[in-house]
Amino acid sequence: MEKNIALELKNITKTFGSVVANKNISLQVKKGEILSILGENGSGKTTLMNMVSGIYYPDSGQIFADGKEIVIASPKDAFDHKIGMIHQHFKLVDVFSAAENIVLGLEDEKGFDMAAYIERIKEITEQYGFELDPYKKIYEMSVSEKQTVEIIKVLFRGADILILDEPTAVLTPQETLKLFAVLRNMRESGKAIIIITHKLHEVLSLSDYVAVLRKGEYIGTVKTSETNESQLTEMMVGKKISLNIERSPVETCTDRLVVNNINCVNREGIKLLDNVSFTARSGEILGIAGIAGSGQRELLEAIAGLQHLDGGSIIYHNPKTGEEENLRDKTPLEIRQMGVKLAFVPEDRLGMGLVGNMDIVDNMMLRSYKKGKSAFLQRKNPKSLADEIIERLEVVTPSAYTPVRRLSGGNVQKILVGREIASSPTVLMAAYPVRGLDINSSYTIYNLLNEQKQKGVAVIFVGEDLDVLVELCDRIMVIGSGRVTGIVDGRNTTKEEIGILMTKSAEDMMQDEGGHEE
Amino acid sequence: MKKLKNLYWSVLSGSAAHIIKRDDIVWWKAWGIRIISVLLALIVCGFVTVSLTDLNPIEMYITMAQGAMGTPRLVWNLFQNTAILLGVALAVTPAFKMKFWNIGAEGQILIGGLATATCMIFLGEKIPAPLLIPVMLVVSIISGALWAFVPAYFKTRFNSNETLFTLMMNYVAIQIVAYFTLEWSMPKGSGTPRTLEFGQLPVLFGQKYLINILIVVVLTVLVYIYLKYSKQGYEISVVGESEKTARYIGINVKKVVLRTMAISGALCGIVGFLLVAGTDHSLKSDTAGGRGFTAIMVSWLAKFNPIFMVLTSLLIVFLESGASKISEVYRLNSSFSDIITGIIIFFIIGCEFFINYKIKFNKKEEIVC
Repeated sequence: MEKNIALELKNITKTFGSVVANKNISLQVKKGEILSILGENGSGKTTLMNMVSGIYYPDSGQIFADGKEIVIASPKDAFDHKIGMIHQHFKLVDVFSAAENIVLGLEDEKGFDMAAYIERIKEITEQYGFELDPYKKIYEMSVSEKQTVEIIKVLFRGADILILDEPTAVLTPQETLKLFAVLRNMRESGKAIIIITHKLHEVLSLSDYVAVLRKGEYIGTVKTSETNESQLTEMMVGKKISLNIERSPVETCTDRLVVNNINCVNREGIKLLDNVSFTARSGEILGIAGIAGSGQRELLEAIAGLQHLDGGSIIYHNPKTGEEENLRDKTPLEIRQMGVKLAFVPEDRLGMGLVGNMDIVDNMMLRSYKKGKSAFLQRKNPKSLADEIIERLEVVTPSAYTPVRRLSGGNVQKILVGREIASSPTVLMAAYPVRGLDINSSYTIYNLLNEQKQKGVAVIFVGEDLDVLVELCDRIMVIGSGRVTGIVDGRNTTKEEIGILMTKSAEDMMQDEGGHEE
Repeated sequence: MKKLKNLYWSVLSGSAAHIIKRDDIVWWKAWGIRIISVLLALIVCGFVTVSLTDLNPIEMYITMAQGAMGTPRLVWNLFQNTAILLGVALAVTPAFKMKFWNIGAEGQILIGGLATATCMIFLGEKIPAPLLIPVMLVVSIISGALWAFVPAYFKTRFNSNETLFTLMMNYVAIQIVAYFTLEWSMPKGSGTPRTLEFGQLPVLFGQKYLINILIVVVLTVLVYIYLKYSKQGYEISVVGESEKTARYIGINVKKVVLRTMAISGALCGIVGFLLVAGTDHSLKSDTAGGRGFTAIMVSWLAKFNPIFMVLTSLLIVFLESGASKISEVYRLNSSFSDIITGIIIFFIIGCEFFINYKIKFNKKEEIVC
């Protein structure tokens, strides 16, 4: 069966500075087969595939296509060997139509014949069961349609080996099912498909083989039909784990932050937040679940004073004075001057929460540098805070004067969370605080959140892993397309219930739109 | 044809070799690379000299050194020019550190110089020098700051492009100064700039330029402290690194931009003051002499560190004066000295690439064609 192998990697290694992203990885995919590459965030899945698609170049190792060794030094080389990758972030020209995007950059010696191209695009869509209007402009498209354009773009160029990076991260469950159907059709017609994912159920329902990576190392490949969820989890995380996040009972519980009917509209007039109301209470963790990009970021930024709102109110109950204050449309500085102790761990750690090029000490100062009347900086307290965080949270760093961009993701996050907690907040908001972190660092973060909860802080936790949300949070609010679709008790709910709520909004939205047209 | 194309791709995209970003480099390695690049530059210049002229390159370098610092007067000139260039570099640094591309230093210097000259002409006879000079200084600072404030205001208010705006402001300043130069020329309308008698900076220890140099030394220290140890300097760094972070922690970004540009312009105004009252004792439309642009290179080469800027500005001025000496002595067209300066600066800037990246050659030489 040697000749059936479409793509084979042998002993691929890639390092970034001192970080080993991929270490001696070997795997293969045959024609007419779907291979999943499974691994946690940061396990090196994307890096590996970027080497196959010509974005990175391996330090060592070999790549074979159709049994021949090949050198892939640019995306063009990858295309020449019929390898196409669909990235997580789409690379499309908004004002062009689907067809224009698909043929963009095509070198056709016969001349440019749009009508013929559209014919071929239609053939491809029919062959594999896509739904696409080639004349539709990208800016009018949903995320799933954009993804379709990206896939057809690759097929149009004759790719026989398709790589999809986290294709379902941005899709609703229905869209995911459609995508899987299309992928199965492609498999039937003999394409080799690699999908990168960290979602177990997708792996099990779709793929023929699963290759597992852990911390840049290749753990093994198993046949999907001969494996199960717990075996894969074990391969992924190293040892069998049940999450078992400690959840202490809620003791004192008073309203801390009451959000009332807030709305937020972006420049294109799309509602990012649609009548969102909820209450965050002291001494409990409020989880926020939802598909990525459903308004989570806007919601937290609105509370932090970074997002303009078009209506509603955000009432803060000051535990010291007992007064009620509206935080809506205040700047972060005004909020702090009002005596509201708000800590915010944003999703974008190095772009927003920290300054990558500054050292740990200078990053500690971000919140506190203004204190005191002197015109000059005082680096003594920030230095001792830095030392304290490094010691207490076991941050791995050469020194407190190392630029934070040089630290690993987990250590960066510890620095950020550590600093935010140091201000002894009354409200703590954290957006995806464990994204990209290893298990140990994740638990450090969970423990810190729990610790804050016990201190009576109102914790708001935006997460993506439903298992974690269910185990960690006291209440879980689910949002979809900027709307609250439900608030459930974390102790009595299930993943499935939350999953249904996450998807409910999408269906509602569709019905709503249908209703408008009539 | 197809083969050739493939080869082109493989070379261009690095099949044969590829580039890796360095994480960290020890300081002696970095300086080693810099020294090697200067030596290489001198060797390449030697080849260019031999192939284009019949000069002995070693002799040429000696002439160059002599031209830059052969006599005490030349050494003072060297220091004076270095001081002025350093002053401008200090002025543009806060703006550049904030990622505000202020290429309008030229105009800001001229406006500062114009303000100084105005005081010297109209107040010169009325108030005594000890009072006049501080007035000149203050007025030049204010006018330089205002000139720089305008593009900053438009940037924060209307998000206009600061690069184009500051550049255009240069031409406006040049025209205004050209007008007044003509207006004030002696005899009137002749275009010969008037020598400004009153308010000239004092000559210290018999050295005309010493006071300029001392003032710039003080400025260097002040700017260094301001950027590194003051709260405002910290704000500049944060805004420059990430506006998002700045907003997240509640820095008023607009305020910082306006304030920093005013400081940048004020420092340019001081340089204008030094040039008119200390160096030239007159005002011409080319008083700034392109330093507003050269200073950007000085600041950038020194990675915005005022102390390193002393070295980079000295290097640039040394090269310029040495190169012009070559043209003079060997009666060569001035483009030849420009070529030599260009090659040396190219190597010095180019070597930064090797400090930030390393090139890794692939062990396997197999290229699939």
